[in-house]
Amino acid sequence: MHRRTLLSTAAALAMGLGLPAAAQDDPMKIGFIYVGPIGDGGWTYTHNQGRLAVEEHFGDAVETVYQESVPEGADAVRAMTQMALSGADMIFATSFGYMDQVLEVAEKFPEVKFEHATGYKRADNVSTYSARFYEGRAVQGHIAGRMTDTNVIGYIASYPIPEVIRGINSAYIHAKKANPDVEFRVVWAYTWFDPAKEADAATALIEQGADVILQHTDSTAPLAAAEAAGDVIGFGQASDMAEYKPSPRVSSILDIWGPYYIDRIQAAMDGTWESQDTWHGIGDGMVGIGEITDAVPAEVREEALALKESIASGEYHPFTGPINRQDGSPWLADGETADDGTLLGMDFYVEGLTGEIPN
Amino acid sequence: MDLTAIQPAILIASLMVSSTPILLAALGEMVVERAGVLNLGVEGMMITGAVAGFAVAINSGSPALGFLGAAAAGAALSLAFAVLTQLLLSNHVATGLALTLAGLGLSALVGKPYEGMKAPSLPKLDLGPLAEIPFFGRVLFSHDVMVYLSLALVAGVWAFLRYTRAGLILRAVGESAEAAHALGYHVIRVRILAILFGGALAGLGGAYISLVRVPQWTEGMTAGAGWIALAIVVFASWRAGWVLVGAYLFGGVTVLQLNLQAAGAAVPVALLSASPYLVTILVLVIISARGLQGAPAALGRSFHASG
Repeated sequence: MHRRTLLSTAAALAMGLGLPAAAQDDPMKIGFIYVGPIGDGGWTYTHNQGRLAVEEHFGDAVETVYQESVPEGADAVRAMTQMALSGADMIFATSFGYMDQVLEVAEKFPEVKFEHATGYKRADNVSTYSARFYEGRAVQGHIAGRMTDTNVIGYIASYPIPEVIRGINSAYIHAKKANPDVEFRVVWAYTWFDPAKEADAATALIEQGADVILQHTDSTAPLAAAEAAGDVIGFGQASDMAEYKPSPRVSSILDIWGPYYIDRIQAAMDGTWESQDTWHGIGDGMVGIGEITDAVPAEVREEALALKESIASGEYHPFTGPINRQDGSPWLADGETADDGTLLGMDFYVEGLTGEIPN
Repeated sequence: MDLTAIQPAILIASLMVSSTPILLAALGEMVVERAGVLNLGVEGMMITGAVAGFAVAINSGSPALGFLGAAAAGAALSLAFAVLTQLLLSNHVATGLALTLAGLGLSALVGKPYEGMKAPSLPKLDLGPLAEIPFFGRVLFSHDVMVYLSLALVAGVWAFLRYTRAGLILRAVGESAEAAHALGYHVIRVRILAILFGGALAGLGGAYISLVRVPQWTEGMTAGAGWIALAIVVFASWRAGWVLVGAYLFGGVTVLQLNLQAAGAAVPVALLSASPYLVTILVLVIISARGLQGAPAALGRSFHASG
């Protein structure tokens, strides 16, 4: 007992904060529910990096537990209930598909705080959070537009949900600005993670002339296909995918959850935690742009970094008018920026994109 | 829409690559089922082969050794299934499912240090002037050795089952284990050998994904290919030639629909995505209607000499 008291006292001192009495007796227990394996190299991997950042920051003041590959649906109720019953003070549910299950379990455990990634339903003890990945897509689109020689850019999409559609639109708008002749080919893979299918999709796009591959699926398989084809570039998705540097991976969009997790856990410790909705982008550090490698000419890198800076500072919004919808009807007037409500429910392509969004 | 962008020769060449893993796994499983054993652990053996092949190829620098290692690992995992179902008479279905779970878990554990590494690539066979022939050169003579090996195995298995005495014994064991036993054949031994062959081929199929088709190791990367292989066996009514047709049809429609999407074909994407399954089911129904199904009569039934 003596050692434990010493440790938690040390931890409390290290943070220099007056902790509520309960937290001094026991480490705060934080649970994480993951939709995939932590070794997916993408989405779940980055959430787990966030968990590790929490452990490193708080040391012995917290205890984290996680469960991998929890299917969306009834199994998530069981997993979260089990965590709550075994003493978790806070639970992060890191996939959109856990939405109703989070609310169901949260109602049964009003003392436990829940954080649900990418959802939109909240309660007194349920917060939601997500990242403005479309900001990163803008930078990616710019590089893609400047780097393509064939003017054909392939895009491997996962499911037709607003987040994915936002990404396609944002990448297209900025590729088109950088290169008016650019054309996008979108392939819907209907999976978040199937390396073989992702590789096939990338190969199909490359065979039809694409020399830049953008992906919204989680594995590094499209980069492997790009490398095999030669003269084709791509980007890391969710995690850095640095093993494909300097080419085909010329940059990446990074999901950075650690600081948010640390903030929210700190708030819970301080007793200032409240249910809220968070949607952070590059400026808040939730979305990062991975190193732009030497495969990209210095001039293009400068432009991309300038674009990143202007988005980060809030000076520029990736969806700034004039922008028309695919059918030519006006969406944003000159200088007008998109509101979050429209972005969150985005179900249309912008003008210039071909093909239809499946429903 | 620009369908001219789809070049048939390249399309056929890619479908052969994307079909090879399920072709190998399905061919192995077909032999297993012809011996009267239902092994639902194909997915587990494939992923084990994928990780083992990748690990061996990385450590030895030789993709060929990688494939050998994958076959050995697949066979080793199937040996566990063989011991449980043939010697301890456990239920085939439950044991097979357990094998899949075990394979997925084991591969994730073994594969951890190999994430993000790159495997030595398997070179395409240099067939000299043959590869220069228009169309056929690209379709037939520009592949790696595993594609040819898989085709040779189809022919070999077909000839084995049809023309050899050993093949006849294997079929007899699968149709009526009791009769084969009464004739003095060692039912359990035949079945164990068939299971090992199936495991080795599933391992090869998995390694083809991790060493050639993707090529990298990622946890859970077979993503259900083993289940497709199981379905192909039924679709093929337990015949080697039809296994080839089934695997190429499934792989072909998959590649074709991705190409159609990339070309911007005006076909609903949902329909395109479902098409590999729809086409395969459709052909299955047509074949069944022709009365060619012929599942081995003793499929999935345990045998014990006392019985």
